[in-house]
Amino acid sequence: MSTVFSKSVPGREGVWPDEPKTAPIDFIPQHLLREGDAGLPSLSELDVVRHFTALSRKNYGVDSNFYPLGSCTMKYNPKFTEEVAALPGFARLHPLTPQLPGGGDMSAGCLEVMHETERCLCEITGMAAFTLHPMAGAHGELTGALMMAAYHADKGHKKTKIICPDSAHGTNPASAAIAGFEVVTIESKDGIIDPAALAAVIDDETAGVMMTVPNTLGLFERHLPEIVALCRKVDALLYYDGANLNAILGKLRVGDAGFDVVHLNLHKTFATPHGGGGPGSGPVGVSERLIPYLPISRVQKDEAGRFSLSYDHPKSIGYVAPFYGNFGVVLKAYAYILRLGREGLIRVSESAVLAANYLRARLAEAIEVPYNRICMHEFVASAAKLAAEKNVRALDIAKALLDKGYHAPTIYFPLIVKEALMFEPTETESKDTLDQFVADLLDILAQAETDPEAVRACPTSLPVGRLDETYAARAMEITDDL
Amino acid sequence: MPYIPHTPAEIREMLDAVGAPDVEALFAEIPAALRPRSFDLPKGATEMAVRAAMEKLSAKNRIDLTSFLGGGFYDHYVPAASDLLLSRGEFYTAYTPYQPEASQGTLQAIFEYQTAVCRLMDMECSNAGVYDGGTALYEALMMAVRHTRRKKAVVSETISPIYRIVLATYTKNLHLDLVVVPHKNGLDDFEALTAAVDGDTAAIVVQNPNFFGSVQDFTALFDHAREKGAVSVISCYPVLQTVLKTPGAMGADIATAEGQSLGLPLSFGGPYLGIMTCKKSLVRQMPGRIAGRTKDAAGRTGYVLTLQAREQHIRRQKATSNICSNQALCALRALINLCLTGNEGLTRQAARSIENANYAAWKLSSIPGVQLLNEAPFGNEFVVVLPINAKQAVRSLMDGGIVPGFPLGRYYPGLSNALLICCTEKHDRADIDRLARRLENAL
Repeated sequence: MSTVFSKSVPGREGVWPDEPKTAPIDFIPQHLLREGDAGLPSLSELDVVRHFTALSRKNYGVDSNFYPLGSCTMKYNPKFTEEVAALPGFARLHPLTPQLPGGGDMSAGCLEVMHETERCLCEITGMAAFTLHPMAGAHGELTGALMMAAYHADKGHKKTKIICPDSAHGTNPASAAIAGFEVVTIESKDGIIDPAALAAVIDDETAGVMMTVPNTLGLFERHLPEIVALCRKVDALLYYDGANLNAILGKLRVGDAGFDVVHLNLHKTFATPHGGGGPGSGPVGVSERLIPYLPISRVQKDEAGRFSLSYDHPKSIGYVAPFYGNFGVVLKAYAYILRLGREGLIRVSESAVLAANYLRARLAEAIEVPYNRICMHEFVASAAKLAAEKNVRALDIAKALLDKGYHAPTIYFPLIVKEALMFEPTETESKDTLDQFVADLLDILAQAETDPEAVRACPTSLPVGRLDETYAARAMEITDDL
Repeated sequence: MPYIPHTPAEIREMLDAVGAPDVEALFAEIPAALRPRSFDLPKGATEMAVRAAMEKLSAKNRIDLTSFLGGGFYDHYVPAASDLLLSRGEFYTAYTPYQPEASQGTLQAIFEYQTAVCRLMDMECSNAGVYDGGTALYEALMMAVRHTRRKKAVVSETISPIYRIVLATYTKNLHLDLVVVPHKNGLDDFEALTAAVDGDTAAIVVQNPNFFGSVQDFTALFDHAREKGAVSVISCYPVLQTVLKTPGAMGADIATAEGQSLGLPLSFGGPYLGIMTCKKSLVRQMPGRIAGRTKDAAGRTGYVLTLQAREQHIRRQKATSNICSNQALCALRALINLCLTGNEGLTRQAARSIENANYAAWKLSSIPGVQLLNEAPFGNEFVVVLPINAKQAVRSLMDGGIVPGFPLGRYYPGLSNALLICCTEKHDRADIDRLARRLENAL
């Protein structure tokens, strides 16, 4: 499909404001002005509407396709929260408002939403306090790592290392490194953290351990109590990557289990649309001892029930974001929490875990599941045997699924399983959908045995077939002007 | 149960397939000692009830005032078609395009977004967006540090003070030396900036228009930086880029911007869009996602995420950045908005904003005792100095239904009488006349 720029017709009129009475040159001298125009397209409103409608039809979203993308929790996003976020009282409020004299009262609705969301998240996770500022999960990790650094610096500890198990999300080591730490990786045993491996590397210079629970294999970390004890011994802080919270609502609280820091991905567990790669929202919860280091500002409620922002926290790590996080996303998550309530949230995890185990049990007959035991909200299968015998790889199965109208599972992740296919059905998919998916996947696996060539040729029904990624990296055509 | 479709009979069948007696058996691995001490949340509510509660909360925010608040975040008109196109579920409910064949819509949109912002900023390369303008500026600084392997950055005090605090937070543990060069009456101190950029400098960081609204030309400073081997970083206001001398024309190596003003609601601070563009020589240092054009086996044109070898999911602790998401939906919104207004529309939007601000500055500075902070040209924002504390003036005007601007004393202690005032195309002369009248009465 041609680009929007090639559809431009000089002189065609879009959505224009009125003509100004003056020109910029009347106020700004020539040498400070642009030479030549910016080359944005000239299109009619209908041109633009048709172009983007056509583009949207070349996309898979949860609204159109089952999306069992492991570790991404692509569940249904309720529609009414979009209306909530678009309410003018929220959408039109300027973020500097609470910094004006008397501004707390002028933004009382937003501050109350933030205050109440923090309270709910504290109760859900068992943490002592929350900040909503981080704008994505990885941003939350960085915020957590910065707080860990500030805690140790304040205590006069010399801590240089953070330990990340190989079963943790790949962003964990990246965030620890960006915060200035040296990263130490430990290998899992039987799919989970081996306390002996941790004991061998943890020492006085360890600032913290970053864990993903359930881990990237969809498994619960059974040795949690031993891991907590090992950390306590050297005053290392324990970080919980809560991206997989969808599995444990009402079943495990991070704070009760002894963790010091947790980030949540609101767009996952609390169902806000991810829009093709963002926005997200990554609030961070902390235990009592890390409260002084939370980013500023912090929301406060006084005895009269009035809300304000406080900035006077001398030990705070500072601003991790210009304002108060992705407020629009927080708002949707808060409305979602209110809608489901206590029982609904517990049911989310129960149904998500049930659906994952059902899919695992059904698929295990046809494809190898290396850790074929009760899993949490996701599980990992392996196409290693098929790859060895028929040269049909995880990638080929993924592409064949696209042809059948499904978004593919996550592939080649986690790195500790060969030819990995990671499935996460989520709680919002019906049994009918799961059954049909199993039937279609079994078809693909059967075809891989009899006609592997055909599977390797997939996808054949989409706007494009498999794309040359090597050429893309080499030629680097990243704008329409090259 | 809302949004969960499983009936009791289906739950039974699913449990039987798993071989579990009940749902609780699926959680048997979590020992009793680790079970929650409480889970004390309110009972669920109907959509109608939650919607009503949220409407009530939204009504507690005061948006009925005529506002001249800016400071880098602006209330511009958003065409209706942009919201409607954006709300298509195929865009809205998609994930990161990991399977390009099923995500050509998102990928082509990212490619077009990259093209549009490169043209707007007059730069060569763009990513698909980062969290916000502050993050973009920080990531630009880190690009310069990696590229030059130097540890000093020269930062003008005229960049957004909010961004300056963000930079300080992130770099605290990295042993970077952030040298802040004080402003001179709301203007960049070119002499001091030039002197501060030396052979140890990784980056010079400036903003146009600067936080006080002044429009400047950094060409000579960037030339000097290039001679010293430093990277030039400029943060811009994208709506004015159809009108103002571009980062590219000034010779900037990296240009960033807050994309909020390109069709995103103010939404109390987010979600916003961090625009990042650079010269081709720096593209491998640029974090985040980038879409590239390629072909399939049949020769059909398609798009993929490219240059991913820099990213955290491959490089773990050696990654260029830890950023994982890319604000794709916000980038799409900006792109749609740029297409709907086009070149002519965006230029008019910018010109109207500048016109309104200049009218307001003329009107306000003719009030006895009120004067402009300096005589330099400005875009859609400017600073007036009042005979009284600006916070006091703001408070008294707010009582009359006007937010006259942002008192600068909060971030610039020497400027407690200064007020930052912004106009967009949404203001009209009557609004501005009313502002002038009320301010005169308040003094």
